[in-house]
Amino acid sequence: MTGAPAIHLNGHVEIAGQPLFGTVDLTLPAGQWTCVLGRSGVGKSTLLRSVAGLNGDDARCSQFRGSIEASDGAELSGRVSFMAQSDVVLPWLSVLENIVLGPRLRGTSPDLESANELLKRVGLAAHRHKKTSALSGGMRQRVALARTLMEDRPIALLDEPFSALDASTRADMQDLSAQMLSGKTVLIVTHDPAEAVRLGHQIAVLTPEGATLWQPPNASPPRGQYAPETIDCQAALLAHLRGAV
Amino acid sequence: MSGRITGAFAGGGMSKLGYAFGAIVFGLGFWMLVIWVTGAPSFILPTPWRVVQAAWDNRALIGAHTLITATEVILGLSIGSALGIMTAIQLALSQRLYRVVMPLLVFTQAVPVFAIAPLLTLWLGYGIASKVLMAVLIIYFPVTSAFYDGLTRVPRDITDMARTMNGTRWQSMRRITILHALPSLGTGLKLAAVYAPIGAIIGEWVGASRGLGYLMLLANGHAKTDLMFAALLALVLMTLTVSVAVNTLAARLKWD
Repeated sequence: MTGAPAIHLNGHVEIAGQPLFGTVDLTLPAGQWTCVLGRSGVGKSTLLRSVAGLNGDDARCSQFRGSIEASDGAELSGRVSFMAQSDVVLPWLSVLENIVLGPRLRGTSPDLESANELLKRVGLAAHRHKKTSALSGGMRQRVALARTLMEDRPIALLDEPFSALDASTRADMQDLSAQMLSGKTVLIVTHDPAEAVRLGHQIAVLTPEGATLWQPPNASPPRGQYAPETIDCQAALLAHLRGAV
Repeated sequence: MSGRITGAFAGGGMSKLGYAFGAIVFGLGFWMLVIWVTGAPSFILPTPWRVVQAAWDNRALIGAHTLITATEVILGLSIGSALGIMTAIQLALSQRLYRVVMPLLVFTQAVPVFAIAPLLTLWLGYGIASKVLMAVLIIYFPVTSAFYDGLTRVPRDITDMARTMNGTRWQSMRRITILHALPSLGTGLKLAAVYAPIGAIIGEWVGASRGLGYLMLLANGHAKTDLMFAALLALVLMTLTVSVAVNTLAARLKWD
């Protein structure tokens, strides 16, 4: 597998033919994390889904119109792992079976050893044989995260992957993701300025006018949560978000 | 304290049985009342006691015919469900096939199965084959339709995930879609368990030499109304048994 490519997006999101915001012209740098912030309904998830190749044929749904290209010119399909906003776990499978779903769907035999290792690292080793209906929301989200990490693809697209977690688990999962997805091109949608400042090599704010970049601190992510420059940047970003219409 | 709580629960269990018992007593009382008010002779409407008596006196006869009808129902259920399951999966795999086949299925549903029963008997004879086919025809559409609904209603987030994982069509069907649709299939099978005996009985009415439907017609023809009611009782008990069995199976078609 080749290295992670940069991805260039140019276009706009529309709902039922009506443009939702101005033209977005955004490059996701190769092997780096881009965090997308913006108010609800501004089209963040639609943007993410389009990079995943999930733009529906249904004209009533929101769609991305424009071009999405990888810097190496190859197709994105097959190189993307995607974690949806709702914690998609299959209730008829155990935790472990949920995590190795990708290989199972492709008809290949899964690497159970690394699946178990990953389960340990997301703190669910003791629950591996439980049905997912027995889990809490935060545990389900960790199952979904582990499954996404298990895919080990050069591009990762995460839609609010840590939203259901308590503060300490969230920090742990952020560290784990930063480590396992290092060197990959990552696009992550978040509502939390602190998360964006902690994790993003690049921070993009989506508004009805389009996407604007916000300068993150100089330190490389994952940044210390309470480092002065992190806190300053976070405060400034929040003020900017509140001011942005 | 705990004694009182246990008592309350035990009372709940008792009252459920109590209600069922009450309903039966009410039904029998109404039955007796009708006989008493209208003065109907026993060849028009026998007393419950005479029906029980007839059932006991003819237990071997009724048992043999029940066995025939039960065989027809179980065969019809199995074959019809299997055909319905396979059809639903094929339709879910191919949108084009769905567009061609679904109107045909709806059209065949517009033909009352009762109306073609004589034809089936003409083609397949007086044996159990024509009755099994009747049952199959009656349950095929409900099973297909219920299962297909479940197969096509997998939430978008799950299908999206499967797409980004580049799963093969068959693996996605086997590991996600079919499992997601199992509760819907359970609903279809429960309906089928109640419909299948209707098909079998109609088949027997039209032309048969064995089975509960045949026995009822025979008893009716000889003015043995008590025997007819006894056969009806056997039919009800058989249908309930099949229905309970299928409900038990359907309850297991859950995700967890």
